[in-house]
Amino acid sequence: MSEKKTNRRDFLFTATYAVGAVGVGATIWPMIDQMNPDASVKALASTEVDVSSVNVGKTITVLWRGKPVFIRRRTQDEIAEARSVKLEDLKHPENDEDRAKDPEWLVMLGVCTHLGCVPLDQKGDYNGWFCPCHGSHYDTSGRIRKGPAPTNMEIPKYEFVNANTIKIG
Amino acid sequence: MSDHNYQPQSKFGKWFNDRLPLLTLANHLTDYPTPKNLNYWWTFGGILTFCLITQIVTGLVLAMHYIAHADMAFDSVEHIMRDVNYGWLIRYIHANGASMFFLAVYIHIFRSLFYGSYKSPREIIWIIGIIIYLLMMAAAFMGYVLPWGQMSFWGATVITNLFSAIPLVGEGIVTWLWGGYSVDNPTLTRFFTLHYLIPFLILGLVVLHIWALHVPGNNNPVGIDIKKPSKDTVPFHPYIVIKDGFALLMFMIVFAFFVFYTPNILGHADNYIEADPLVTPAHIVPEWYLLPFYAILRSVPDKLLGVVAMLSAILILAALPWLDTSKIRSAVFRPLYKQFYWILVADVLILGYVGAMPAEGLYLLIARIATAYYFLHFLVILPVLGFKERTLPIPLSITEPILGGSPNLAAAKIEKGLDKLK
Repeated sequence: MSEKKTNRRDFLFTATYAVGAVGVGATIWPMIDQMNPDASVKALASTEVDVSSVNVGKTITVLWRGKPVFIRRRTQDEIAEARSVKLEDLKHPENDEDRAKDPEWLVMLGVCTHLGCVPLDQKGDYNGWFCPCHGSHYDTSGRIRKGPAPTNMEIPKYEFVNANTIKIG
Repeated sequence: MSDHNYQPQSKFGKWFNDRLPLLTLANHLTDYPTPKNLNYWWTFGGILTFCLITQIVTGLVLAMHYIAHADMAFDSVEHIMRDVNYGWLIRYIHANGASMFFLAVYIHIFRSLFYGSYKSPREIIWIIGIIIYLLMMAAAFMGYVLPWGQMSFWGATVITNLFSAIPLVGEGIVTWLWGGYSVDNPTLTRFFTLHYLIPFLILGLVVLHIWALHVPGNNNPVGIDIKKPSKDTVPFHPYIVIKDGFALLMFMIVFAFFVFYTPNILGHADNYIEADPLVTPAHIVPEWYLLPFYAILRSVPDKLLGVVAMLSAILILAALPWLDTSKIRSAVFRPLYKQFYWILVADVLILGYVGAMPAEGLYLLIARIATAYYFLHFLVILPVLGFKERTLPIPLSITEPILGGSPNLAAAKIEKGLDKLK
């Protein structure tokens, strides 16, 4: 028996291991996937907001998928400030034109991209937002300028259903 | 050792022990030879066992009244505090018990560091201990989420978001942990389940920790290997049992002081405000026992690297038996290590202090220096010290320095004498 020959038994072992591995995987996956967002959570995917009462220079915060969404009607100064920044000065380069389609309205997730706190409005070194948890500063376009956060605050999918209503999601 | 051929006296005892040798085990535990020079720093193993059992018993009772639901959790905790008979007492023991548990575990860990208890042949005991410590942190974190106050909610948000630092799969993992798009009811119910499970995992690991300890036996303040049983040892019962018991009583006085006189001093007032996903409290601070690691996290200006540094600060401890290259265990015989040991203690306390302060200005600078020193201690100082340090002569046994003087010192004297003869 110095030379190993493949025989029926080797085939049976290999086949058993292979089927066993598939079986274990098929058993474990439901146990893992049950922790992902369920159907009822996913069903709350979009929300409509009436913004007719929001004046210039005001921000409202609405809850979408359990997270705060900032809807800010920006002043002309803020828009000018956001649009005058050079891209090379940004940690996460994005044009304000791409973040706010309608320059007056900034709609974004009010979640700090560092560790998920809610930043404070009209605070920080760039007149935008400031996160009290670990000190990230955002500008008037919600872009990260200083501090540990890696990216700009996220812009969710949204659209104006009519002049006074925004649909988020 | 007598425990392997132990024979019970009674006929029934013999009959039972032949079928399940529990009496042999009990005999091993009472007769277990222990170094006779163990000081009070060695009593914290027993104190920690007491802490674990206290947390399990009070936690079991709290779970009978607590409701794990985002709409009801906060009110059910207030219901425990106001309506349930002695609910306030049981909850305060459980909440302060977590802090007492960490207080004891930090003393236990720093005792190991001082006396080199983690060194060969006790590496496995040490690593099991580190795993227990990690599980304790997980249990404490999830337990803190259950009252569903502002600190619970935002603490959970910040800590789970640490996983989003992982490239590519990070966001997916966080959503999976939450069971949604933010910390919410699915997060609360799974944290409750895991908070209930972890203490029993710890209990199992404690059994392994003690089992692994009983193979080489206890280290001791002199840090030398001793013969067992011998003149250097005493049986665990009654000598160590009485000493552990006395230390436990002293510890319980401190414990009771917190429970009865300042039950909320270690908590945060913000956690008596119900969770609000729209408002982050102005100052988010973790519980005191996590502050040094929190300071390390914040001292790094990059998200991923900050998380890596924080985790490394804990995991580096598991590699300690191999990072410390010195063959001498006890700091008593290591004059340089003893100084670096106390610098490390001060460093960790400083990290804890700046962790509680806002991450800006001077505090941030101090946090960065202290973080750098923490890693320097383990990665540079300890490995180099083992080769460079001139250690003091160690005695051959515990009794020898008292009864006959160290043979090493005697040898030195003879050498001096020979020099004179020349």
